[in-house]
Amino acid sequence: MPTPKRKLLQGNIACVQGALYAGMRFFAGYPITPSTELAEGSSRELPKIGGRFIQMEDEIASIAAVIGASVSGLKSMTATSGPGYSLMVELIGYAYITETPCVIVNVQRGGPSTGLPTKVSQSDTMQARWGTHGDYTAIAVAPSTVADTVTETIRAFNLAERFRTPVTVLLDEVIGHSRELITLPEPGEVKIYNRVKPTVPPEQFVPFVMTPNGVSPMASYGEGYRYNVTGLTHDTMGFSTNRADEIFPKLDKLRNKIMNYTDEITKIRVEMMDDAEIAFIAYGSVARASLQAATLARQAGVKVGVIQLYTIWPFPDKEIQQLTERCKAVIVGELNMGQIVTEIRRILPRELPIHTMQRYDGDILTPMQLLEKLQEVL
Amino acid sequence: MPVVEKQRSDVILQYLRPKKKFPSVWCPGCGNGIVMGALIRAIDKLGYKRDEVCCVSGIGCTSRMPVYLDFNSLHTAHGRALAFATGVKFAQPNMKVIVITGDGDALAIGGNHFIHACRRNIDITTILINNFIYGMTGGQGSPTTPAGAFSTTTPYGNVEKQFDPCGLAQAAGASFVGRSTVFHTPQMEKMIMAALEHKGFSLVEVIANCHTYYGRLNKQGDPVAMVNSFKENAVMLGKAQTMTPDQLKGKYVIGTLHENKEATEFCDEYQKVVDVRMAGGKAR
Amino acid sequence: MTAPTDAGEAEAKPAGKNKHNFSKDNLPLEINMGWCKACNLCIALCPTQVFEPDRDGKPIQARPEACTLCTICWVHCPDFAIVSKHK
Repeated sequence: MPTPKRKLLQGNIACVQGALYAGMRFFAGYPITPSTELAEGSSRELPKIGGRFIQMEDEIASIAAVIGASVSGLKSMTATSGPGYSLMVELIGYAYITETPCVIVNVQRGGPSTGLPTKVSQSDTMQARWGTHGDYTAIAVAPSTVADTVTETIRAFNLAERFRTPVTVLLDEVIGHSRELITLPEPGEVKIYNRVKPTVPPEQFVPFVMTPNGVSPMASYGEGYRYNVTGLTHDTMGFSTNRADEIFPKLDKLRNKIMNYTDEITKIRVEMMDDAEIAFIAYGSVARASLQAATLARQAGVKVGVIQLYTIWPFPDKEIQQLTERCKAVIVGELNMGQIVTEIRRILPRELPIHTMQRYDGDILTPMQLLEKLQEVL
Repeated sequence: MPVVEKQRSDVILQYLRPKKKFPSVWCPGCGNGIVMGALIRAIDKLGYKRDEVCCVSGIGCTSRMPVYLDFNSLHTAHGRALAFATGVKFAQPNMKVIVITGDGDALAIGGNHFIHACRRNIDITTILINNFIYGMTGGQGSPTTPAGAFSTTTPYGNVEKQFDPCGLAQAAGASFVGRSTVFHTPQMEKMIMAALEHKGFSLVEVIANCHTYYGRLNKQGDPVAMVNSFKENAVMLGKAQTMTPDQLKGKYVIGTLHENKEATEFCDEYQKVVDVRMAGGKAR
Repeated sequence: MTAPTDAGEAEAKPAGKNKHNFSKDNLPLEINMGWCKACNLCIALCPTQVFEPDRDGKPIQARPEACTLCTICWVHCPDFAIVSKHK
């Protein structure tokens, strides 16, 4: 695939490019605004490299096919928006319990229900963490620019493969539909992670074996390992169990394989925070407005910095606590009625004033709005 | 197709998962086990390599079957087996993908996936074990519960009409459709062999007994009575064609009901697109 | 493979002629009593009444000489508990 270095790409198409760079060979999806370009782009690009695209009958079928393809050995992805993600969550839970790597892109729009199909939102942030029923630990990443979208999609695939887990890419309508001039990485420039394969002979294979890092080597169908994959809570052999001494370790494994490695999963961008008295904390398209607002405020002599979250889940508790230690206030901008701010309230000291700037009318937060909020705080 | 006319009955034992406990979870006399035996013998006669077979199922009594079988197995969520199976087959077109499903799984919660798998004519063999009721949850009415029949959610008789899975599949585009019963086991076995060898979407509907719930609630309480009723009520396709709709009421028409060897198969057609694009064909 | 044309049920051979020389010492079938769930299918479907139920309802080969090796019992056994000596 010859790719000129500089490209004017839409966010959704950049996401496809990132996925292809990461090794995506299977995409199943269903049309939904504002994510549809991901399906269209995949349907164009995948056949050129021997990959497979299928438009399924609904979002449930899409994530099902993605999981089926992943256990068959292909790096797989689907893309949707809020209503479709809501349909998918049961089977995303299936991917959690079966420890099947896959990437789900949610190009967020306003909700609930059909909501605002063409309008931007960040109101699925909590859904990415708590969407499906039961106990599990989620990974979600959030780009803020078209260039970010490439790197974060690659990272999402790497995390999925490394930790054997579904990973959500939280895009939003503004990033998905923005066009920006970006440079795609050269082959070999970004490290690509592939799932660990078993090295033992089939008769010794334990498909969900406990390992020091909690990640079991994963065989693909057809490689001679003939194991059972089930959504029932299972023992290390993959057979359903009701025994406490097998249930505890299984569920602990789902949590610990991620929570013991948060340092390696967390990615944040820190700007102008060295002497900052006030911190903007933001992610996705709001992070761009926050950066602009902070730059303007600095020009006016106000000591403001920005903490941008690329990893939303697991939440970067420690990093935010350390970075805001000397702050007098934080401002959390979000395109929802206050989702990530609940996490920030959970981790920051009570004495520290936490201000919110929330917009949920389907439009973006502008730097000017954030500056107005800043003035109130000052 | 290699056909072994006679075989030892113990061939089944060679295909059971060594680390899985037997006997199965199913009730005494459950038709699921009879179908499982026929499926194993069919695969053995066809000589498929175990690594090249993948059994996919959803949720329900029937859907427990793949867990016992020494093949690749994917025990998925309620109704979604065909959608998962589509992913497996499309990712590995050389895999023999077999979906084992029940009437509630395939036709109620999974109805949409069922018709679309038929429409694509993707090369998956679906064995739909139809026992007219939800067994695992305790005898609720299903899309194939006959009108008037009793279940725990139709305590005054079913006011709904039933699906004909074979008619539905054929209309939706499946290229092989057959029906058998657990009484007609040798016929069922041959039909499964034909379905497995068929290129395209194949459906084998097997009428089976859930005497525990359907039988008990509808005055056919034991497995023998139910299995014998299939013998009495089954009509071969050829004979059925000479009968009137009234005469066919309550009967099961068995045999290969539809076969189209010309229909193009989904994975093959996609591969043609891939071959052209990889050779540098220009996107329109 | 053509469409099956008959109901497929194996034809029972005439009973009475003990051409296989089965007897109590040379039983035609091995029954795995650990897997048998006493569903009664084999006992009821056997065309030559080879079986009788034991106290638990599980099959005993009471008339082994009547067995014609027709396969009906083991193809209908849902628990794979009957293995035939038939090759």
